[in-house]
Amino acid sequence: MSVLVYVEQVDGKFKKSVFEAVSYAKAIADQNNTTLAAISIGNVEESELKALGTYGAAKVLNVASEELKTFVNQAYAAVVAEAATKENANIVVLSNSFSGKGLAPRIAVKLKAGLIDGAIELPTTGDQFRVKKTAFSGKAFAITELSSANKVIALNPNAFGVKENPVDAVIEAFSPAVKPTDLTAIVKDIVRATNKISLPDAELVVSAGRGLKGPENWGMIEELASLLGAATACSKPVSDADWRPHSEHVGQTGIAISPNLYIAIGISGAIQHLAGVSSSKVIVVINKDPEAPFFKVADYGIVGDAFEVVPKLIEALKTHKG
Amino acid sequence: MKLLVCISNVPDTTTKITFTNDNTQFNTAGVQFIVNPYDEIALSKAIELCEGGKGTVTVLNVGEAITEPTIRKALAIGADDAVRINAAPRDAYFTAYQIAQYAKSNDFDIILCGRESIDYNGAQVAGMVAEILDIPSISIIKKLEYDGTTATIEREIEGGKEIVSVSGKFVVSCAEGVAEPKIPNMRGIMSARSKPLVVVEAQDVEEVAKVVSFETPPPRGTVKLIPAEETEKLIDLLHQEAKVI
Ligand SMILES: Cc1cc2nc3c(=O)[nH]c(=O)nc-3n(C[C@H](O)[C@H](O)[C@H](O)COP(=O)(O)OP(=O)(O)OC[C@H]3O[C@@H](n4cnc5c(N)ncnc54)[C@H](O)[C@@H]3O)c2cc1C
Repeated sequence: MSVLVYVEQVDGKFKKSVFEAVSYAKAIADQNNTTLAAISIGNVEESELKALGTYGAAKVLNVASEELKTFVNQAYAAVVAEAATKENANIVVLSNSFSGKGLAPRIAVKLKAGLIDGAIELPTTGDQFRVKKTAFSGKAFAITELSSANKVIALNPNAFGVKENPVDAVIEAFSPAVKPTDLTAIVKDIVRATNKISLPDAELVVSAGRGLKGPENWGMIEELASLLGAATACSKPVSDADWRPHSEHVGQTGIAISPNLYIAIGISGAIQHLAGVSSSKVIVVINKDPEAPFFKVADYGIVGDAFEVVPKLIEALKTHKG
Repeated sequence: MKLLVCISNVPDTTTKITFTNDNTQFNTAGVQFIVNPYDEIALSKAIELCEGGKGTVTVLNVGEAITEPTIRKALAIGADDAVRINAAPRDAYFTAYQIAQYAKSNDFDIILCGRESIDYNGAQVAGMVAEILDIPSISIIKKLEYDGTTATIEREIEGGKEIVSVSGKFVVSCAEGVAEPKIPNMRGIMSARSKPLVVVEAQDVEEVAKVVSFETPPPRGTVKLIPAEETEKLIDLLHQEAKVI
């Protein structure tokens, strides 16, 4: 028995959420007095693979085949499941990222495993295997028990943090057997917004709502975000009106996030919006209406006009940064 | 072309979430149930794809008789017929298994799901259905074009998108952007009553996951208000007190 972690690469690099997944998987391996192996698919350089050792991956299976260079759900699931079987791993961990969400259920079926998505804590130890996960878009948590012998856990970004646990990672080439029928969906193109921090795993988020009046006023939001090194987000009516892309819409029917800092500007704090953001560690609300419901869940608040407050905030931040 | 849309019956988005029986059960008292909003997007896309007589849209729900108003709502939006697999959905695998068995014997071209349900946020069913059927799945899609044989799909990735091409049968899970949710009109509501809704008995499957209890997040503290004239204080507080910047 061992633990296997799938490490998702983006352009040959691992993101913080991957190191979090490795740290989390290592903690589970320690709970069970067993070893941790990682599986990487795509073209990742040896030095990058070695970095997984910093967080406790003693072995890294490296699949460097041309046909698996881009993400294909069906094939990647088959590879991870094959790696789990080879490593005799009964627990598979991965990030609850966009790709992870597509992959985890397929791996679970292949391994006849129960799946916990959106995990935010380590499993309980003892007779029952229970994991706390988010439910109702962050309005609650569900303690979920798996009764299957094999288990798959998809870890939420920013839920566990990275923990160094250095070992010398052994890199092993792995050539899984891929069925041609597993490669019918083909990635034709990847379009990445450059210089943008990705919202789901951002630690700091600056978000704005209908209070901003129109898309032309987002310049100051972008500026504030870039000074902070934050991602930008918005409320649903803003993306519905095409002021901002749908990928920025947070809330119950958008993306659920849990950054360290969430700054909400000109957003009322409707229950559907709060659902996706209320697990942020620190919430700052800027709204001209002192009765805005958002103030009820905020840690810090400024009652004021965004068009006055945000420029002042930008100036103060520039001074702060020196 | 035959399209299958899987719909989940979920508490309305304004629901205040509470639990009963020592926090082991979701409290349904006074709760209004709706078609899962992402499934509504999937359904709207399916209806669009079939416009002009290009195909039929079947909606499927795994649920007991109490979910029928939700199914009728989907018929009112424009699905042609409906299937209810008669069982309280247990874990995601149970649900996916029922859907896959039905899909297998009814030969659908595309199966559309929502990206996740807004109750358990599982994002599990679509991928599981595809895996059981051994066909491709594309998750969290933002756009779908289909020419009858090949689909061109945009799926969301962190900080960007991927363009995926797929032909043959496949499963997608739909997010915002795929289609504008359709609102049922009077004719739709009237005709929904007479559209076919078949009830199929569920098949037995071993349980792999179950929710044993729920928790609600601890209440947050009270807000510390900073006067608008002293905006710069916020930066100090975030730096020194909250230690987040
Ligand atoms: C099924 C369903 C799902 C939904 N899902 C989501 C979701 O996922 N995410 C989401 O966000 N919403 C969602 N909503 C919508 C939600 O109910 C609210 O309508 C929405 O969150 C309101 O957005 P808003 O706060 O930007 O706009 P408004 O409600 O218009 O509020 C604007 C706020 O800006 C303030 N303001 C105005 N001018 C200024 C100024 N100059 N300076 C400072 N403040 C100012 C106002 O006081 C007000 O509080 C959903 C609704 C439904 C029915």
